[in-house]
Amino acid sequence: MYQSVHTNRRDFIKKMAMLSAMTAAASMFPGIIFAKEQEEGIPAGANLDWKKAPCRFCGVGCGVLIGTENGKAIAVKGDPKSPVNKGLCCVKGYHSIMAMYGKDRLTKPLVKKNGRYVQTSMKEALDLVASKMQETIKDHGKDAVSIYGSGQWTIPDGYVASKLFKGCIGTNNVEANARLCMATAVTGFLTSFGLDEPMGCYEDIDHADTFVLWGNNMAEMHPVLFSRLLDQRLKRGVKIIDFATRTTRTSMAADKSIIFNPQTDLAVANAICYEIINNGWMNKAFVEEHCNFSKGLTKMGYGLEDNYKFTDKPESISFGDYKAFLEDYTPEKVSKLTGVSVKDIKYLAAHFGDPNKKVMSFWCMGMNQHSRGTWINNLVYNIHLLTGKISSPGNSPFSLTGQPSACGTVREVGTLTHKLPHGVVMNKEHREFAAKIWDVPVENIPSKPTYHTVEMFRALDRGDIRFMWIQVTNPMVTMPKLKRYRDGAKKEGRFIVVSDIYPTPTTDIADVILPSAMWVEREGMYGNSERRTQYFEQMVEPPGEAMSDTLQLIEVAKRMGFEKQFYYKDETHIEEIYTEYRRHHDNKKHNMAPLEVLKSQSGAMWPYVDGKETKWRFNAKYDPACSNGKDFHFYGKKDGKAIIWQRPYEPAAEEPDTEYPYWLGTGRVVEHWHTGSMTRRIPVLHQAMPHAYVELHPDDAKRLQIRTGDKVKLTTRRGEITLPASVNERGVPAPMQVFVPFFDENMLINDITLDSFCPISKEPDYKKCAVKVEKA
Amino acid sequence: MPIKSYLVHPSEGKKAKLTQQLSIMEHCEVLPAENEEVLILVTETNSKQEEEILKEKLEQISDIKLMAMVSGFDTPKNA
Repeated sequence: MYQSVHTNRRDFIKKMAMLSAMTAAASMFPGIIFAKEQEEGIPAGANLDWKKAPCRFCGVGCGVLIGTENGKAIAVKGDPKSPVNKGLCCVKGYHSIMAMYGKDRLTKPLVKKNGRYVQTSMKEALDLVASKMQETIKDHGKDAVSIYGSGQWTIPDGYVASKLFKGCIGTNNVEANARLCMATAVTGFLTSFGLDEPMGCYEDIDHADTFVLWGNNMAEMHPVLFSRLLDQRLKRGVKIIDFATRTTRTSMAADKSIIFNPQTDLAVANAICYEIINNGWMNKAFVEEHCNFSKGLTKMGYGLEDNYKFTDKPESISFGDYKAFLEDYTPEKVSKLTGVSVKDIKYLAAHFGDPNKKVMSFWCMGMNQHSRGTWINNLVYNIHLLTGKISSPGNSPFSLTGQPSACGTVREVGTLTHKLPHGVVMNKEHREFAAKIWDVPVENIPSKPTYHTVEMFRALDRGDIRFMWIQVTNPMVTMPKLKRYRDGAKKEGRFIVVSDIYPTPTTDIADVILPSAMWVEREGMYGNSERRTQYFEQMVEPPGEAMSDTLQLIEVAKRMGFEKQFYYKDETHIEEIYTEYRRHHDNKKHNMAPLEVLKSQSGAMWPYVDGKETKWRFNAKYDPACSNGKDFHFYGKKDGKAIIWQRPYEPAAEEPDTEYPYWLGTGRVVEHWHTGSMTRRIPVLHQAMPHAYVELHPDDAKRLQIRTGDKVKLTTRRGEITLPASVNERGVPAPMQVFVPFFDENMLINDITLDSFCPISKEPDYKKCAVKVEKA
Repeated sequence: MPIKSYLVHPSEGKKAKLTQQLSIMEHCEVLPAENEEVLILVTETNSKQEEEILKEKLEQISDIKLMAMVSGFDTPKNA
């Protein structure tokens, strides 16, 4: 049934194999050139102008060189000078420029009139957006307007959005889709260390002896970084351990694959800590000097009800208390719950416990999209803190990101309801500091956060929010329990503005669609997973009336009367915004590199102090912000000590039962980037993976008499969906589990997922709900 | 249906000859680096048995100094 497609997929796999080898070669020979492959498609005799940019897609932040000719981007290759990817890209990166030239690119603003979209000018569309926002504020108050942005926002986009809404309008209704993917990493860092973002960097890969991948399918989601791991295995014989709920390409490439029952990573992490302490592997001197012990509230719920609120109440505990708590997590007790053998738990613990091994942990959505996500982040930090394997080359707990500027824009600029570029809205000094730079009265910035993402869409459904501006993201594919939020957005009395580059299910709910300039059609910066800020210049003109999200926001701000705050000149606005933004981080703990530095090299990692980037934070040898006179200084906490958290195992919000006996988990595929709105318009990627599917374990498939390609009906308490089956192909779930990728807007798996979330981070758990599986 | 990729290091001065030799072998696709003494080899065979036979043939090539596998996919025939 899908034969023709599979033939293409096979070619695609060959290409992937080739690219993996190229990436590995690039790690061994920086600057290596494979001219045939890299320059395929470049017209003979072309006189190209090559300019550098960070890749448009994931959070790895590979450097690319873009070749332009006659005002069009026509070639792309890896930037050999980039320390991230050393000259190579993954298959998405190599095709990235094609995402700009899809046939149905939005080029003119569209306004809905009598149920139909009518073309209008950008001036009129922006006038309408500004007047509708003012009208909504007048009729319903400031907190009835909101903006929902993205980890694909450039730094200037997010900065002006926050300044307009928080500083000028005076509402904290600012959220971004990183709430759906990275919020847990943030709360993990904040609770354990008091400051966000990884302490280490990609260079850790060159030093570590063991890599533990916590629910992280790196081979498909971060292929360039994964190739760096494979390269280290070739060179130094390092070990790669895949710890996951599903067998993937990462598992196949790893030295060891360990499968655990969904949600029980919490128990395994505690068991590793038990082993570390009880086998005498704890780095006592490090723990005594640099760590405190705490516990928080338990049985927090799952945020399933509207207006759910939770605030943790941390309480100090002793090492003895913590050790006693771990008695419930002996490998023998944990093995039964988790499905992980005692031997494998001890194997994992021994890698962390070996004083002669440097260990790097990687994770991404498996740990972050987790109803106890903050806890599992804390627990992995516990392991690294107990062994002192942190903040030094090769010893590195490392949270990866999925969007090009989830770190740079959402986390650093602070485009979440509670955040400011420096600090949080709840802190008076932080508000005063931001207000001074923004040139607004401090009273403008409300002291209370409003809605996190799920609650923001619930508020739209309820009518508490009446106006929402959505930029560079596709929530009508990505929101869990999607039907409720789609129906809510379509209700009478809601006004939705969507800025994007292509029609999507989200533009379908819009009253105004604004065509955006994409990536190198404008100037900007992204910040990647290793705190690296990278600049890109405008290389080509955007099509039609498409305009950058930054300029759209500035134009609306001016129309609303905020000319004084949005003083930027058209020609220099990005430089002016970045210079203003840097003032928020003007300190040794977070200083950003000047623009001229970003223009001259492949980005720079913050804190950038005295002309140098900081590779390992909190380590006095590398980090000039350390000031306690000791080897390590976790200066995010007042006493300079990191926290080892007592966090128990608790079940997921909805677990399989007799009516819905399977686990449903969702995720991504290597060919497509997130909701596929760009990559599905790149023919080679679309042909390689044209539609979604449901993966089943072969035993389940056999029992249900389902073969690859057969239609399968999935039913949850939210609804049902039918997809083609995939049995024993790319990924293999454990028995009684199914996996569905979410990239396909024609098979919206999120119509049936659950909107439970981590009570601390408010990030939804897309990996776990109960489902019934039937042959359709 | 195994698909595998390798980094192949040729013996000194043998890169061009080795590229030629590999490129005419059945089930092999070769991509030489422009500026380094290394080749990429991608093999695609119909079965594990065929894969073993190919590996034996490759091992007999004296101009290969070192061959390291980078990635391997054993996909179903229709995948």
